[in-house]
Amino acid sequence: MAPVVHFRAAVALAGRFPALAGVDLSLHQGEVVVVMGPNGAGKTSLLRSCAGLLPVTSGEAVVLGVDLTEDHTSVRRYVGLLGHAAPLYDDLSAAENVRFATRALGLPASSADEALERVALTGRLRSTAAGRLSAGQRRRVALAALVARRPALWLLDEPHAGLDADSRTLLGRLIGEAVADGASVLLSSHEPQLSVPLADRVVAMAGGRVTGEEPGGRRAALSAVPTPRTDAGAVGIHVA
Amino acid sequence: MSSVAPTRPAAESAAPVPSPSRPRWLHVVGLLGVVAMGFTVWLGLWVTPPDVFQGNLARLLYIHPAIATVALYWVGIVAAGGSLLYLWPRTRSLFWDRLAASAVEVGVIFSALTLVTGSLWGRPVWGVWWTWDARLTSTALLLLLEIGYLALRRVPADLPVRARRCAVAALLIAVDIPIVHFSVYWWNTLHQAGTFLDPGFKIHASPSMSWTFLLSFVAFSLVFVWLLGVRYQVEVLQDAVGQEELEISLAERWSEGRAGEALAQPEWSGEVRPQPEWSGGGAAP
Amino acid sequence: MWHDAVLVAGKDLRIEARARVGLWQVVPFAVLVLVLLAFAIGPDQAALRHAAPGIFWVALLFSTVLAIQRSVAVESGEGTRDGLRLSGIDPAGIFLGKAAAVGLQLLALQLVLWAGMTLLFDVRVHVVWLAVVASLLATVGLACAGVLYGALSAGLRVRDTLLPLLVLPVLAPVLLAGSKAWEASLNGAAASGTQWLKILVPFAVIYLVVGIVLYGPLQEAG
Repeated sequence: MAPVVHFRAAVALAGRFPALAGVDLSLHQGEVVVVMGPNGAGKTSLLRSCAGLLPVTSGEAVVLGVDLTEDHTSVRRYVGLLGHAAPLYDDLSAAENVRFATRALGLPASSADEALERVALTGRLRSTAAGRLSAGQRRRVALAALVARRPALWLLDEPHAGLDADSRTLLGRLIGEAVADGASVLLSSHEPQLSVPLADRVVAMAGGRVTGEEPGGRRAALSAVPTPRTDAGAVGIHVA
Repeated sequence: MSSVAPTRPAAESAAPVPSPSRPRWLHVVGLLGVVAMGFTVWLGLWVTPPDVFQGNLARLLYIHPAIATVALYWVGIVAAGGSLLYLWPRTRSLFWDRLAASAVEVGVIFSALTLVTGSLWGRPVWGVWWTWDARLTSTALLLLLEIGYLALRRVPADLPVRARRCAVAALLIAVDIPIVHFSVYWWNTLHQAGTFLDPGFKIHASPSMSWTFLLSFVAFSLVFVWLLGVRYQVEVLQDAVGQEELEISLAERWSEGRAGEALAQPEWSGEVRPQPEWSGGGAAP
Repeated sequence: MWHDAVLVAGKDLRIEARARVGLWQVVPFAVLVLVLLAFAIGPDQAALRHAAPGIFWVALLFSTVLAIQRSVAVESGEGTRDGLRLSGIDPAGIFLGKAAAVGLQLLALQLVLWAGMTLLFDVRVHVVWLAVVASLLATVGLACAGVLYGALSAGLRVRDTLLPLLVLPVLAPVLLAGSKAWEASLNGAAASGTQWLKILVPFAVIYLVVGIVLYGPLQEAG
């Protein structure tokens, strides 16, 4: 089966800066891949390219069967991107924001309400203007909008940042449910202890390229006998 | 991108700007333009007789209409055509974008000259420097629209983005110009009892005057093509400099990747990076 | 496309109803322009009455720039620009929706300006249908052209200074035609006013069509 994401020597420019300088990466359906690397390695750009926001100028880039070098806009409605900033209108309530996202795809309002429940946004919080929510609550609203749209590819850009312990557990559960539902997940992170256990594979990026790969912790967690891992083993990644 | 771009020390020093190689035809056009312009000046100032009514003032006839034609028609055709061909997916090429932009920039000069020469002519004929004549007014609006386009073009962006943005702007301006023209024309003619007579009508042309008049169109059109070509070359050179910078930063990005390979130290620690081989000894920090 | 347009227009109008930027900033600004131009012309009642249509339309044009800037600002919150692009909404629908929202606000603004003009300059609209038709057509043109240029300047750091420079010369025909049509309807000379609808109709149609076609490429070029 064709991979959900297939990048080969993909170059993408942010202004005149080569944010991606020849990325090789593939992601198969039902996989969770975590991207790690220092600031400026190109993780965010990789996710934005997959979402069709940052055009790939050379190399191969196919996401969900769409060749991004030819058409980078039509893939957008099938992916869900959770970026650093939650894309919310401050003057609309949390529920109105999520409903706008679902109605844009022609989904019923009930799917929005259901998603709000799944991210545990209830009661007064729903009708609070997004501008008055805390950063963590805003991310949860954005996550609800993502869940409600049921994208085939989840693109999560440092999703753990700014979330409390409960929300992090929630995020892990939502990712698990999405994968069970047939979705695939590409996730960037600075926090290996949180993200590696979620991953099938961990990919290292630096200088706008993929520089290494190692199996993640999800397989281990799923297998009947969990293999004990040291912290160092979870953190360190060997370069191929 | 939230990341901080690495400093680009070699960008200025190492980028060898390719020497301008102008095609031969451009030299020929330039030479022909100079010759034609020389003849126009000679015929216009010395050979042709002064006009019966307007005297030496009528010699503006050999400048103003030709400049206005270039400013309104040649520039419009090249700029709108180039932008359209850029937006059309099959003919999309930066060539059209650069051509359109060059045309607008040359067009600003010609529009301004149209206004200046028209105003010089108007002062003795109409008694005022400026009148709300339909053609003067719409030319002034055209000049403002062109300046807006150039302001937009100066906003930094990567080439395809800038090209698309500017092509759209040029087309928006192009569809606006006929509306501007008609509205200004009606606005002026309907509410002023006697419009000013076009001064050109009062001239009784002798054969030498007619020939000079025609020659001036050839001369200014040649100058326009030459300026367009030269401006296009400059545009290419500017973009080439940008491309050099891009290659340098691409190489830096690669070396950054090598330096950052050991993920045990997540932030690049600042040790000496391998220098791109071809950077010509540009100083690295 | 129409479903998307209604969705976007509803969203923009709801935000406007909450934030009240239009009510507390754009409307007072328009009235302010009305008063300032009256100051510049002087207290001569006849001169003011003569200049009234022009003053009305200059005030409307400047307010249009503010309304457009506001319409762009709604989408330029952190992440919302990307959010709208990722939303799956048809670009033509976004264009129509945003233009409709701006257009409705401009219509409300014109009611206020008309009332202010009646009070301050003591003018009366004699040919009502002409004034209304001219206003409706001009509103479509102003909103469509404005939203297009707003999108053109949206992603730029210099957008607030660049937008007036780009858009005001383009809107000049609306100023001419609108004020002449209103002048005719104030003077009760319908015949000389209908001529100006021939400017306003193509202006509105052209920018409506161009916007539907070009908003997509424009959104990507931001």
